[in-house]
Amino acid sequence: MTLQYMITVTLNGLTLAALYFIVASGFSLIFGLMRTVNMAHGSLYLIGAYVGFSVFDPLYASSATYDYAWYIAVVAGVAAAAVAGVIMQVVFLGWMQGQELRQALVTIGLSIIVADQLLAIYGGNPFQFFAPDLLFGPTLVPVIGRYSTFRLFQIGLALAVGIGLWVLLNKTRLGIMVRAGVDDRQMLAACGINVPLVSVAVFALGAGLAGLGGVIGATAQPVALGVDVKFLLTSLVVVIVGGMGSIGGTAIGAILIGVAEQWGQALFPTYSVILTFAIMVAVLAIRPQGILGRTG
Amino acid sequence: MSALLEVRDLHVRFGQAHILQGVSMTLGAEPLSLVGRNGMGKSTLCHAIMNMVAAKEGSVRLDGDDLLGIGPSRVARRGVALVPQGRRMFPSLSVHEHLLLVARRGEHPWTVDRVYETFPRLAERRRNGGNQLSGGEQQMLAISRALLMNPRIVIMDEPSEGLAPVIVDHLIDVLRKIAAEGMGVLLVEQNLRVATSVSETVAIMVTGRIATTMSARQLDEDRDAQRRYLGVSHGH
Repeated sequence: MTLQYMITVTLNGLTLAALYFIVASGFSLIFGLMRTVNMAHGSLYLIGAYVGFSVFDPLYASSATYDYAWYIAVVAGVAAAAVAGVIMQVVFLGWMQGQELRQALVTIGLSIIVADQLLAIYGGNPFQFFAPDLLFGPTLVPVIGRYSTFRLFQIGLALAVGIGLWVLLNKTRLGIMVRAGVDDRQMLAACGINVPLVSVAVFALGAGLAGLGGVIGATAQPVALGVDVKFLLTSLVVVIVGGMGSIGGTAIGAILIGVAEQWGQALFPTYSVILTFAIMVAVLAIRPQGILGRTG
Repeated sequence: MSALLEVRDLHVRFGQAHILQGVSMTLGAEPLSLVGRNGMGKSTLCHAIMNMVAAKEGSVRLDGDDLLGIGPSRVARRGVALVPQGRRMFPSLSVHEHLLLVARRGEHPWTVDRVYETFPRLAERRRNGGNQLSGGEQQMLAISRALLMNPRIVIMDEPSEGLAPVIVDHLIDVLRKIAAEGMGVLLVEQNLRVATSVSETVAIMVTGRIATTMSARQLDEDRDAQRRYLGVSHGH
């Protein structure tokens, strides 16, 4: 095994981790404030990808709009997922606050309905975005040589999302409200804060991140029905490993899972799935609250 | 006396337990203390006024507007602030962030700067987390959090609980100043000395009702009433 190969596999793991982080950070954000285990998070990923693609396809086909088709698709995918998330929170989840089992069942139901509706509207063929010219093709990386520019961009985007979330949570009044709400929702309301409105804002943001992941993920690899379950499971594993409701924990969880998946596929492709769950079992056995999770 | 807060025949039930059994009380411009033994429903009354627990019967009016059923955040925005029992700091927020959370824009009597002037200790600890403070500091922060909402009335649920005597003296001083500025003060206390130092009128709560209301001086002298209603054995 050459050094070049090892670095390539690790880099593949990190780019995958970047995508996982973008999706799972939204999941973790929603869970952190609302204690809602949103089992439809994968559906929001799909909605981002499908709506984004339906906007992308005609724009990409026309030479006048070809250049910005992808960027508009990103905005459309994020917006569609955010709107879907707001509808979910306002119509279904808001009034069953604190009833975790009910919320889990409702979101599972929603995810089945969304998957079927997407199948009915868009059909079952896989599709893929083309990255814009700026991000298309390879970049020269020391030691390993040519490497996909878009995959490197993915890492940069995940860093931007992580830093953006950190700033939002730690340096803005909305962030103060969100953190106070994680501590004590009732006391936050007694301070005059409209907690349901904060919840809707957080749901929109978390869902928007799933939609962003949808467009990014569908640019790196073809997307088809069924990936909603994959990304829901991955998000669950990432936040369980990293610690529920912690952005830093989500980053660590995403890196562990992403890198382990790629190394697993490189070393023992048949059994690579087991590695992910082995990590989860090990973390749960040693540190049940997750690597950066708080107890209680 | 003009009523700022008027509670009429308020009932709260938790399942089979009838916690508030028709509470009626009036808070005017003068501070009012509410005393009573543990489990008599004092905290439940505070929570019911704030809409933090649901009261199915009765009414709570602030300047004539009914507060019941509108939810705690609206009650707070209408002008009722709570300093809750146990202080309920937000462990994830620093001292300064607690204040930013509730500070309002525009001209108001209470601003973040005035809080730091009034409680210099909080200014020193502005970067500390809410649960890294001493009991007395936490209480000052809980009171500041309520004052910054610039409420019409502030409800204090056992503010002296767990504080050293010298801090309690400081607390009494602060509460008197708040009341003197015209903010309505409903003070729930187990500590009779605090209650009678802050208000001239004391309401006594027994099993979910206001059993009697008397002047602070009267209660101070009436050992029998103290024993009967509060289980106080002398001297404190």
